[in-house]
Amino acid sequence: MSFLRLERLSKRFGGTVAVDQVSLALNRGEMLALLGPSGSGKTTTLRLLAGFEIPDSGRVLVEQDDVTGLEPVARRFGMVFQHYALFPHLNVGQNVAFGLESLSVRGEELQRRVARALALVDLAGFAERRIGQLSGGQQQRVALARALAPEPRVLLLDEPLSNLDPALRERTRREIRELIRRVGITTVFVTHEQEEAFDLGDRVAVLRAGRLEQVGTPEDLYAMPATEFVAEFVGRSSSIPVTVLGPGQRGLRVSFESVEWELNDLSPAAAPAGPARMVVRPEALRLLPPAPGTINGVVRERRFTGSASLYTVVTDGGASLEVSGPPRAVAAGDRTGILPSRRAGGGIHLFPAQAG
Amino acid sequence: MNSRTRSTIAAGLLLAFLAWLILYPLVLVLIEGFHGPNGWTLDFVRQFMGRKHEAQALWNSLWISVATVVLAAGIGVPLAFLFWRFDFPGRKVLSGLVALPAVLPPLVGVIAFLFLYGESGFTSLLVQWLFRLDEPPWRLQGAAAILLVHAYSMYVYFYLFTRAGLASLDAALFEAAASLGAGRWRTLRRVVLPLLYPALAGGALLTFMTALASFSAPYIFGGGFRVMPTQIVATRLNGDDQLAMIETASLTLLALLALWLLRGARVADNPAGGRKGVPPALVPIRSRAARAVVALLGWGLALVLLLPHLTLLLVSFVPVGTWTTEPLPPAYTWRNYLTLVQDPVRARPLLNSLWLATGATLVAVAIGLLAGILSIRQRVRAGGAIQSLLALPWAVPGTVFAIALATAFSVHAPLAGRVILVGTLWILPLAYLVRNLPLTSRAVAAGLRALDPSLDEAAASLGAGRWRTLRRVTLPLLRPALVAGASLAFVTAFGDFVTSIMLYTYDTRPISLEILSSLRQSDVGVAAAYGVVLMAVSAAVFAVGAEQGSPG
Repeated sequence: MSFLRLERLSKRFGGTVAVDQVSLALNRGEMLALLGPSGSGKTTTLRLLAGFEIPDSGRVLVEQDDVTGLEPVARRFGMVFQHYALFPHLNVGQNVAFGLESLSVRGEELQRRVARALALVDLAGFAERRIGQLSGGQQQRVALARALAPEPRVLLLDEPLSNLDPALRERTRREIRELIRRVGITTVFVTHEQEEAFDLGDRVAVLRAGRLEQVGTPEDLYAMPATEFVAEFVGRSSSIPVTVLGPGQRGLRVSFESVEWELNDLSPAAAPAGPARMVVRPEALRLLPPAPGTINGVVRERRFTGSASLYTVVTDGGASLEVSGPPRAVAAGDRTGILPSRRAGGGIHLFPAQAG
Repeated sequence: MNSRTRSTIAAGLLLAFLAWLILYPLVLVLIEGFHGPNGWTLDFVRQFMGRKHEAQALWNSLWISVATVVLAAGIGVPLAFLFWRFDFPGRKVLSGLVALPAVLPPLVGVIAFLFLYGESGFTSLLVQWLFRLDEPPWRLQGAAAILLVHAYSMYVYFYLFTRAGLASLDAALFEAAASLGAGRWRTLRRVVLPLLYPALAGGALLTFMTALASFSAPYIFGGGFRVMPTQIVATRLNGDDQLAMIETASLTLLALLALWLLRGARVADNPAGGRKGVPPALVPIRSRAARAVVALLGWGLALVLLLPHLTLLLVSFVPVGTWTTEPLPPAYTWRNYLTLVQDPVRARPLLNSLWLATGATLVAVAIGLLAGILSIRQRVRAGGAIQSLLALPWAVPGTVFAIALATAFSVHAPLAGRVILVGTLWILPLAYLVRNLPLTSRAVAAGLRALDPSLDEAAASLGAGRWRTLRRVTLPLLRPALVAGASLAFVTAFGDFVTSIMLYTYDTRPISLEILSSLRQSDVGVAAAYGVVLMAVSAAVFAVGAEQGSPG
């Protein structure tokens, strides 16, 4: 039985559909990432959950409790805002106490629980500090402590790391993950960064234009994207138009710029014969000197990433492909050939060509 | 009933109340102007068009206002640039003194000028005495006198707006312009002035509207020179009520025209709001001669600015009937102030003004707060209409509103929403309230817009209901805006002359009217003492407002 359920939630603003029939279910203690580009409806979904927006249709359930029409005040959901929304006129302790006071916690019990919440985020002894005296990372932890102090049923995080400078993000991400695991609270967070979603989320829901494209573990999304959008949005990839010729001896035969490849990872059922789009991860391709059967082109750019380099190759037909290879395999301007890696490992996906 | 419905109902009630209080009286004025004993008529318009001095008064209002804008800009803008760009001895002190005219309520400024530059004022007596003249060397009268007072009291608007506009310019802009090869003049013309336009237009608009509505200076110094606000009062005293309505409509039209012409203007009570840039480094004035000249001019300016205040203070110690032709009063006494405190009849106007201004300010703040929360936070559909209605009294001269309220509330017709308030205690506080609403509501609106809405949402997600959120989060954070709006409103109502003269009763007579009557009885000492009290209270309220209003 799932703990938190969203059932066919929809929300329009004027003429635009912000959230379109989104259904999701979370187990108790699970962490779900809502991932998508801007305008995908992820923030609206979170605000529907928090009660700041009322859905046009659909329901939000916590266990058997229908909270859809409940005011935010009554939901007992904790929320961490993108810019934290800490009350600037209250000090750290007063901020954390705010939600507890709503529950009529008073006196020593209040002090104790404020101290405990602050200790949880490693800010013991910061109660008297003013908000303006804190660094961005500390403010974020105060926001977390404030949201967690009243022991909410669900924790919601709106772009929790977007306000931190990049150097801090990775460490903070780790801290948040550990903290939420320790508290064991069911959590939904919004992000537009795939790395963040993969690192923090037990599962990731990919949204696009208000619709849920796919929900699954990061591994599933990467290896088995359900749509072309998910394949492209999650991880690096290039997308090129191909023609599916049909099953071969070892896999599926496709042709691209008059070259024919047999993709042994793909089952014949992956796509019907005819035009299709092929989405390829850089590591599913390899570079070698032009030869029969290779797609040929010119290296436009090389980006060194440490253990490997990413090469952007413009094919003779004008398509652009990203290929991963040894750091100094070829130089910009060189001619090269491209073949699928020997073990493409689920890095090549075919989707029916979209009309238009 | 959910919160959405409650907000909608509250907004509807507020809109209806504001329409009744602000719009309805103005509409009644229009109707009366076009409605005679035999139904609708253009007779009064024809009468208005037919009289030469009506057109003359309207024209006078227009050109005086335009000339005031030019003069005020001529003083205020260069001063703002001077303090923004250059460093010289006494810069800090001087830049504080520059705002001094703001603490003189209109009528008080006028009588200070009367004592200082009038035919029997210090300067003219001094000149007369120095050159052994039989006659006063000049008469402080007509357009020139009005313009002198206007320039003195209104250049502050231009100065403040320009300074705020300049403060929002980042030094990097000038470095960028310089690195792109623009010289000083090209930078001024192509970068500074275009960026400054909203601030300059805002200063121009505020100055024009204030000059157009100005009543005290033309009333005291005008003599035969009439502007529309004084003309309206005169017409009304003659009993030509309907003609006064047409005059009122013509003045309103002029105000709205100005509003339309300067629609790109930044309209804010707190022109300092908005982004602050890193100002470019001050340029020290090094040459010894230039420093001396600047210092001399600066302190000369400070003296000119301070003289009206000092004059008022000095005259307030003059016993009645002792000062006639000497350049300086021969005798001094504390009696004038003691009278204000001890004589119940003399103390009454002081108390009246205090409670009238306090009451009108508190109610105006409450309405402004409710309107701001409904229209900016809850985004009710009527929000735009509510804010426009609240801003309307700002665009309409005080004389016009006084006439409108006097018209609307002189008839007993409860079904038409009209009751008799004229001649009662209530008409004056109501008038002050109407005039205060734009000041408080705009300050609240600006304060609310600057608050992150997610603070309210954070409070809600932490289980705080509407009232607790208001009390614990919204109000404390709005305090600077509330204090700023309230102090401006209080000072305006406390020193009000233009609406008071048309609506006061004996029991509600405010300070300004008592100043006028003391002056008429040649009791200059008491008039000045009242003026000093007005000035001191205004200054104190502004000081508290600035102190409380600054964040942190």
